[in-house]
Amino acid sequence: MSFELGDAWFRYPRSDKPALRGVSVDIPAGSHTAVVGPNGAGKTTLARLLLGTLRPQRGYALFEGRSAADWPRREMAKRIGVVAQGGTPALPVSVTGFVEMGRNPYVRPWAPLGEEDRAKVSDALRRTNLQDLASRVVNELSGGEVQRAKLARAFAQDPRVLVLDEPTAHLDVAHEMEIFRLVRDFVDDGGSAVTITHSLHLAGRFADRLCLLADGRLEAAGSPPEVLRSGTLSRVFDWPIEVVALDHAGLTGLHVVPVDKSRSPDRSEEPA
Amino acid sequence: MRGARRRDIGLLGLALLLVAAMSTALAVGPAHLSLSEIWMALQPAAGDSPARAILISVRLPRIVAAALSGAGLAVSGVLFQALLRNPLAEPYLLGVSSGAALGAVAVLSLGLTVGPVGLAAAALAGALIAIATVFRVAYAAGQLDTRVLILAGVVVASFFGAGVMLLLTLAEGRSARSALLWTMGSFGQASWQMNVALAAYSVPAALGAFGLSRHLNALALDEESAAHLGTDVERVKKTSYLLASLLAAAAVSVAGVIGFVGLVVPHAIRLLWGVDHRYLIPMSFLAGGSLLVLADAAARTVAQPLEVPVGVVTALIGVPLFLVLLRRGYARQPL
Repeated sequence: MSFELGDAWFRYPRSDKPALRGVSVDIPAGSHTAVVGPNGAGKTTLARLLLGTLRPQRGYALFEGRSAADWPRREMAKRIGVVAQGGTPALPVSVTGFVEMGRNPYVRPWAPLGEEDRAKVSDALRRTNLQDLASRVVNELSGGEVQRAKLARAFAQDPRVLVLDEPTAHLDVAHEMEIFRLVRDFVDDGGSAVTITHSLHLAGRFADRLCLLADGRLEAAGSPPEVLRSGTLSRVFDWPIEVVALDHAGLTGLHVVPVDKSRSPDRSEEPA
Repeated sequence: MRGARRRDIGLLGLALLLVAAMSTALAVGPAHLSLSEIWMALQPAAGDSPARAILISVRLPRIVAAALSGAGLAVSGVLFQALLRNPLAEPYLLGVSSGAALGAVAVLSLGLTVGPVGLAAAALAGALIAIATVFRVAYAAGQLDTRVLILAGVVVASFFGAGVMLLLTLAEGRSARSALLWTMGSFGQASWQMNVALAAYSVPAALGAFGLSRHLNALALDEESAAHLGTDVERVKKTSYLLASLLAAAAVSVAGVIGFVGLVVPHAIRLLWGVDHRYLIPMSFLAGGSLLVLADAAARTVAQPLEVPVGVVTALIGVPLFLVLLRRGYARQPL
């Protein structure tokens, strides 16, 4: 098991309402788990508990059997690579310098990067197709390139687990697919991943398991067909949502379609 | 790769600059000594001579004190700018200098005769009280809140500043003048004894800061990202605050308040060689040392027999130089 959450509660200091109320979930190693749910459902808080940057006020959050908040950050950074929201440098840093930070947990304080570190960095740049941008400044890149650079930095950490918090927010279709494909390949090569996302249908296509959060509670967990149900989604998102089984031109999977409420669907006219 | 090479050359150049600055400073002063006289007097076999006495007991202690203080102030500035994520941060922002000034001015305006070492000790005590007060306010539940730190620091600085004003108002003419001169900064009281204490503070603190450089790079992203890259964020923040404050306290205790080094040197290095702390810290150390050694040499000589406060010289040299760099830097690298 990589992560275990048991009846985990968390309330932020200046908030009167808990962000998470009693979430229990096991996230097995070797799988890609997507965490979905409406805005404010507690997805990012859940990730913070898994990563130990927050400690649950009740219940427990374990990573590899040990309380996540008690892991030395350096040891955790050798095992988990994170693509967080935000975290773009305020100062001009090159893509290479940015990705080299992924080697921080491995390098002793006064030592320069070694051969192995450089190899991992160039491997990460190649996997994310960033070689040509290596000397560009990170805060001058496009949104999709920045996300790839963050993913490259996570790869440079040589982790066994990736945790991604909305890695495809504001990205176009191609960049979205690119990121999900890279994460899927990482899992297929023996890693594990937890992805927080608003893209229900890409979650359904690329993840092995889904966790649906709503209002700080776990509403549903399981395989995509178990979680992506029209009734559950419509209730949780407070919006009519249809789930269509897709089998077209070799594409199979579930398609999650929000309904346009202003035009009530007239099913009689739909082709059978 | 090319960037790294450029920075390695820059580092070497700055090391040479420091050696050159110290050698130049050794050759200038009120007593005229030719280069050959200096060379002869510094030979290990040379017996006692007036020239040797001037060099070893008068000029060299000042030069070493200026180099160590400038280096410490510049590194302190780098640390404060990284910790507070604020480009305007400088070593004296959070009350270190006001605390030190209150300690020193208290001793001077009361007319106590304590000698230079006692004076430095009083200044250090004042600085440490300011540092501890600010830290105590901003540190809660195992976390150092940098927003509270900056506000508490600025307020504590004004409080101690008000104390200095009060003492200056109440002091007699002569002691008020010596107290006022102290606040403007001078290496006139430097001695080997003080240099040993200064080095014992600043060299380990600067090495410690250098050891934090990867973490400081990560903190430039944000605290959460730094944690995910293996940084123990609270420990690094606490350590940087204490190292930066001690570096500033040591410098201010020996030399009084010398502005601009801690602000101008780190930014100049950033504009010339980039923002990577692994280079920024050692480069600021060398450049800060060079700047103060040269500024002190100028302070001793430009208005002989008077001595200009060294802080005035750093501002007069540093600020125009910095403005040129700023203009060039932003022209080359649009915002």
